Amino acid sequence: MQKSPLSFFDEMQLDEASVRDIYAAYNHWLKDVPHAQLHSKRQEAELLFRRVGITFNVYGDSDGAERLIPFDVIPRLISAQEWAKLSAGAIQRVRALNMFLHDIYHKQEIIQAGIVPASILSNSQYRPEMFGVDVPNQVYAHIAGIDLVRTSESQFYVLEDNLRTPSGVSYMLEDRKMMMRLFPELFRRYSIAPVEHYPQVLLNNLRAVAQPGVQDPTVVLLSPGAYNSAYFEHAFIAQQMGIELVEGQDLFVRNNAVYMRTTQGPQRVDVIYRRIDDDYLDPLAFNPDSMLGVPGLLSVYRNGGVTLANAVGTGVADDKATYIHVPAMIQFYLDETPLLENVPTFELSKEDDLKYTLAHLSELVVKEVQGSGGYGMLVGPAASKQELDDFKLRIIANPANYIAQPTLALSTCPTLVEQGIAPRHVDLRPFVLSGKTVTLVPGALCRVAMKEGSLVVNSSQGGGTKDTWVLEGASADLPEHVVTLNKSELEESVC
Amino acid sequence: MLSRTADHLYWMARFIERAENMARVLDVTYNMSLVPNAAESEAALWLPALEISGNVEAYEREYKEYTAAKVIHYLAMDANNPSSIYSALRSARENARAVRVAMTSETWENINALWLEFGQFNGQDLAQSGLREFCDWVKARSHLFRGVCFGTMLRDDAFSFVRLGTFIERADNTARLLDVKYHLLLPAQEEIGGAVDYYEWSAVLRSVSAFQAYQKIFSDTIEPWRVAELLVLRRDMPRSLHACFDEITPILEQLAGSRHSECKRLAGELHSRLRFGKMKEIFQNGLHEFLTDFIESNNKLGAEVHKTFLSIS
Repeated sequence: MQKSPLSFFDEMQLDEASVRDIYAAYNHWLKDVPHAQLHSKRQEAELLFRRVGITFNVYGDSDGAERLIPFDVIPRLISAQEWAKLSAGAIQRVRALNMFLHDIYHKQEIIQAGIVPASILSNSQYRPEMFGVDVPNQVYAHIAGIDLVRTSESQFYVLEDNLRTPSGVSYMLEDRKMMMRLFPELFRRYSIAPVEHYPQVLLNNLRAVAQPGVQDPTVVLLSPGAYNSAYFEHAFIAQQMGIELVEGQDLFVRNNAVYMRTTQGPQRVDVIYRRIDDDYLDPLAFNPDSMLGVPGLLSVYRNGGVTLANAVGTGVADDKATYIHVPAMIQFYLDETPLLENVPTFELSKEDDLKYTLAHLSELVVKEVQGSGGYGMLVGPAASKQELDDFKLRIIANPANYIAQPTLALSTCPTLVEQGIAPRHVDLRPFVLSGKTVTLVPGALCRVAMKEGSLVVNSSQGGGTKDTWVLEGASADLPEHVVTLNKSELEESVC
Repeated sequence: MLSRTADHLYWMARFIERAENMARVLDVTYNMSLVPNAAESEAALWLPALEISGNVEAYEREYKEYTAAKVIHYLAMDANNPSSIYSALRSARENARAVRVAMTSETWENINALWLEFGQFNGQDLAQSGLREFCDWVKARSHLFRGVCFGTMLRDDAFSFVRLGTFIERADNTARLLDVKYHLLLPAQEEIGGAVDYYEWSAVLRSVSAFQAYQKIFSDTIEPWRVAELLVLRRDMPRSLHACFDEITPILEQLAGSRHSECKRLAGELHSRLRFGKMKEIFQNGLHEFLTDFIESNNKLGAEVHKTFLSIS
């Protein structure tokens, strides 16, 4: 079998001579700007980011230095029509996922209906502690990051759902602020949908999910502390919302309530926007070695003394083994047709899928079921023979731990690199907020793989970010019919 | 506000103030080393700088001998010396980073920029060259820090804890400086007024930015007892003990509100000594004794502040 050469859809360039309509004005501006000027803008941005301290720590990096996430000055543009479709799809997905979480911690109708296998209850992310617990408004994933990739003009896929403690929204907000500072003239020329109200929308939603009867709820953000890789983001969001940024040591439990220690004595806390994983939340209930959590928190939570956002136990719904069932969930709970498609996925716990995957490893992307952040994954086309052989052994040792997907021809977007402007692969993570309503602000984190040809956009793997502009009133004609590619078709096309 | 937040803000301000005072001591000592016959030996000149910072023993364990180069390195750059300028500024920035939410973005960016700029001095042999520029830079950054706090922060508890940290630290530093210098100069020296004394005392004055003030107020030769008065009892001298407590007492009154607190009582007691004390009586009972007692009480006040507001256990 020959490996088919991948051709990539580019967000800007239709072909060498022309650009997509939506980029017409931008391209007109860009071609008159010397590259040296763009480079100096980028340097200015880096200087500002460092001064503001928009940095992250890389785990396992011995020097422990704070690093900048590379910022690219060329934005990703999305038309209002495209956005309408994507946002409707993301909202639909999150509504279904929240209903799914409520269901599997209550009546488990979806299992009884035979749509999701009962084996999901033995998934390590399923929290039996949550069974029968009612959460306000039946919202579990208050903040959801839906990772989208594009392969053609009309084809978007959901790569994964992030329902635990999704991060990156601070870059959506800071990148926008930076772009307005660097290129004010572009903001005059384009009508770019604002995203700055994200913290306000989030706060309103968090206040709406306080336990019934709480007047004027106190909301806090619980962070693992200054040495966490996402600490900047925690601090930033807390500041933008005007709420306290707390650590586990600031909170304590008394009489079925959570309090924070203040200079004026204990103060009751009603809603905790937590950026700590389930395992570290409460040393009495989960990992006993955790120094980050609050002893007794889970018991208060289960008794309705406090709201956690996101809820405990959401991991079972964004697990890669659950992912394959999301389209069916949408049908089951909402009786709607999914607006966004999944990437065709092979479950290696199934014999046929395993056989196929092992035979085609060099064409596929293999991920750990519970992996995240781009760790523990294999990108077949980019791997050496040795890496493929090593990974094969790991798969055979524990097939159920992996899923495989075709290597998607991720779209590219023009990006400023050393040599000039060149196409680099991108993805898109809009943040869906649930509480009172289910909404998202018109914008997203756009991650870009800075290395030529790389398909891994994670910041832990050297990925950068771009500002995403949802253009209001710009008209880019979308083809009416949407190409669907199911697994069997794909198998044919790959073979 | 969160106790932990208050704690970080309080220590951030203390560490910045500590770095500034260390820079002042270094600067003045260095200037003295340029005066002929200012001291019998390099050791006699540099030992007081260590005494003011209060860690002679740790120095001796590490460095053995007293040379300008070694003392300067220890007080300015040694990462193992918790009171070095390097350590103080790093701690200030760490504290700031832990609670960047609680301060204005200008304040945070100011401290972050300070730390980034510090990099320019890394690996530089300050004893060889650049010590004065370095000290000027530290002082200027500290002024900037206070200015940005004063100019941008909401007048809430956060601001109060920043100010509290600044003045408790400053009172401690001024008292130490005066005590070490007074102790050193006065005993058994009947003949004061010589050239070296003049330099010594004008150096002490300059180290607390009080030289011009002295000239303006007394317009006379520099007398040790007047220097002491200026730095202890004058409330219009911004680095005097009295001026520090003019800031500290109302802050504690406001933070504690109607709560009974040992903090308020301690601060009030110290404040009264400075408001109603007379220099003559202080000298009769011994300036050294007065200052030692002051430093101890001020430390006790710091511990009480911790117990009342900052302790999170």
